[in-house]
Amino acid sequence: MHRFSLLTLALGALTGHRTWAEQWRSPEPKAEYDAVIIGAGGHGLATAYYLAKEHGITNVAVLEKGWLGGGNTGRNTTIIRSNYLWDESAALYEHAVKLWESLSSELNYNVMYSPRGVMMLAHNTHDIQVLKRHVHSNRLNGIDNEWLTPEEAREFCPVLNIGKDIRYPVVGASLQRRGGTARHDAVAWGYARGASRRGVDIIENCAVQGIIRDVSGAVTGVETTRGTIRTKKVGVVAAGHTSVVMAMAGVRMPIESYPLQALVSEPVKPVFPCVVMSNTIHAYISQSDKGELVIGAGTDAYVSYSQTGGFHIAAHTLDAITELFPMFRRMKMLRNWGGIVDVTPDRSPIIGKTPVPGLFVNCGWGTGGFKATPGSGHVFAATMAEGEPHPLAAPFTLDRFRGGRLIDEAAAAAVAH
Amino acid sequence: MLLIPCPHCGVRPENEFRYGGEAHIARPSRPDDLGDQQWADYLYMRTNTKGVHFERWRHIHGCARFFNCVRDTVSDRILETYPIGASAPGAAS
Repeated sequence: MHRFSLLTLALGALTGHRTWAEQWRSPEPKAEYDAVIIGAGGHGLATAYYLAKEHGITNVAVLEKGWLGGGNTGRNTTIIRSNYLWDESAALYEHAVKLWESLSSELNYNVMYSPRGVMMLAHNTHDIQVLKRHVHSNRLNGIDNEWLTPEEAREFCPVLNIGKDIRYPVVGASLQRRGGTARHDAVAWGYARGASRRGVDIIENCAVQGIIRDVSGAVTGVETTRGTIRTKKVGVVAAGHTSVVMAMAGVRMPIESYPLQALVSEPVKPVFPCVVMSNTIHAYISQSDKGELVIGAGTDAYVSYSQTGGFHIAAHTLDAITELFPMFRRMKMLRNWGGIVDVTPDRSPIIGKTPVPGLFVNCGWGTGGFKATPGSGHVFAATMAEGEPHPLAAPFTLDRFRGGRLIDEAAAAAVAH
Repeated sequence: MLLIPCPHCGVRPENEFRYGGEAHIARPSRPDDLGDQQWADYLYMRTNTKGVHFERWRHIHGCARFFNCVRDTVSDRILETYPIGASAPGAAS
């Protein structure tokens, strides 16, 4: 496996870049593994990477029914932030942001993490109260977040319209300067490369069809489209399809799957310096390094696995975008798509053990999982390795819905549900 | 946008409706007798079917009435709608 460095890049240039080896292996599945991860998205691959690196568990398979990073990892709007309200969430998402800060060097793979600042707009008194509450809560947790006047918001994002004559004028904003974006595909590829190098088998085009259990109910393997694989530990990291996979083990989940839409424009020169989100009028926007405006819309109203959604949802978002940023009114949109997000009743994830021995689950990231990718994989790997929840994952058990200790992040989720 | 056949008003566009979640989840008749797990099952656990899904809609900008709907969650095709209170099509008895 090549290491990327200035020297190897220069040598590659001299040979016309024809000498690069494949970034990860594509092996045939073995008959048995110490652990099996279902789902080769960012979270699943990160889990495998940290299992191998931090816990020495290298005999691991990551099973993917489609292609690597082809689900929500390749469909999200790549925003990173940790300005969540409650202590439990703030700790979890901040853990992820800290890992983002050094992820490119950790993986020797450029994930293009760009802390360009995430600004959340307020349009009414309620927004001001909610966002200021988040600012204060974040600062108590040592997380940067500050309150801006409309004029300060425009200073940070000069193309923002703070006119008083629009339908929902901007009356203030909160700003997390360490928030930003990263390159979503590179995150999946970097983790895949790092995991594969440490011995993890990444097996694409391998759909799980059943979870095999012994008389005590414990997991003993999985049935797949590429044969039976024996294992005593299974981690389900299947996002929108979590309910489907967990049903194979007879476990009902507090999850519903909805389409969440996004769209990108034609690429243009750099015009948009940060990330701007508005929960109230259902829009968020940033500009990729390639120059496309990356725009996030809301979820559709109904349960669906269709990876598409109603056009009126995207159109509604563009109404908001063009009012906040009038210069984009004549911009052409190139693509519009949907991803299937696994939404929990409290908009917080579920990470940990299940009633089935040997079966672990990491799901419920809903509309905002990308930002958590490194932290999610890190704490879930520890949970799978030790058999007990990592301290940061401990509040996010499946059991909280029985005990009632919900972690309500509906406001911080920042996507209209 | 879905075109939804309201049993009372006929086929109307989706933005006249509000989604009402999974259908046929009966409110417990004796809530005092329920334990934590049963409450969690009632309040939070959902079938989240990939395929034929039974769900409620409400025609808020029309007749304002709830009704049930059978929809394929893979194709989003609506198979049929039927009044609230009726049992699910294809269900035993």
